[in-house]
Amino acid sequence: MSAHMHDEGYGTTVGRGDYTPGYYEIMERSIAELLVEKGRISADDIRRQIEVLDSRNPALGARVVARAWVDPEFRARLLANGRAACEELGITSYEDTELIVLENTERVHNLMVCTLCSCYPRAVMGLPPDWYKLKPYRARAVKEPRAVLAEFGTIIPEDVEVRVSDATAHVRFLVLPRRPAGTESFTEEQLAALVTRDAMIGVTTIKSPVSAGGSTR
Amino acid sequence: MASVAKTTVAEFPRAVLARGEGRVFSAGDQVRVSVRFPVGHYRVPRYIRGKRGTVEAVIEPRVVNNEEEGYGRNAGDKQHYYRIAIPLTELWPGYAGSRKDGLRIEVHESWLERS
Repeated sequence: MSAHMHDEGYGTTVGRGDYTPGYYEIMERSIAELLVEKGRISADDIRRQIEVLDSRNPALGARVVARAWVDPEFRARLLANGRAACEELGITSYEDTELIVLENTERVHNLMVCTLCSCYPRAVMGLPPDWYKLKPYRARAVKEPRAVLAEFGTIIPEDVEVRVSDATAHVRFLVLPRRPAGTESFTEEQLAALVTRDAMIGVTTIKSPVSAGGSTR
Repeated sequence: MASVAKTTVAEFPRAVLARGEGRVFSAGDQVRVSVRFPVGHYRVPRYIRGKRGTVEAVIEPRVVNNEEEGYGRNAGDKQHYYRIAIPLTELWPGYAGSRKDGLRIEVHESWLERS
């Protein structure tokens, strides 16, 4: 389901003004209308699916990451089968894809991209940011990942491997960032609050909440 | 339950596999991505075609072949799917970063050749 449909709302005609739909939006709406007209799906099915998409956001991924940080057995299950481990937390995979969790370590930094389109772990992260779907990021992430990372303020030492995972069809990724220093006494909820969308894409790391001189609360 | 397996151990070693059911490659195998230029829907980006890499993992279970499914042909036809590791220095001559840097990408069996 595209961003257009998501943003505009299916069948919305209110307040459109002089808005002119683009080529793909017209194609998408035509196909949706045909499917409804032929009884393959209902307008309510489409509305319901948008509801599913809207209910997914990076806070879900953050819960998964925080659980992996505090529970080594969960972490092992997550790395073995990301989809099944997320389902343990009630985060279902509504699309038929596998989830490979990419663990950052002191030796490897992971980054995800979809050079062909915009595959993204929507079930655990919601909709991708616009830059993730645009060609500059998609083309450069696989060609000069260190330069892309530097633009996000992420400098990876030369002795650390940068590993770029490019999604093609049936697999989605989730980067498991490194747990920042100084969080030993944090609760799972406090840890989850530190985890950002960009860290789970891999364009940044999670800074220690105590090193910048700020309060931990 | 679906999972990413390093190897596949047949649960019934004596069972005879249907054509295409057994997988051609295993983790650790050296492979080359085919050089083909199909028109239309495909799931192998051009920048990896002709490049050499290593099978890192077999993705289980088999997956639908999107390139056929996209045209309503052989809908439901399953293919083996592999996670391939390719060094960035193999992809981009003159790559400026660390020699350790690498790509991981999932490729359908039909696009892989033994290298």
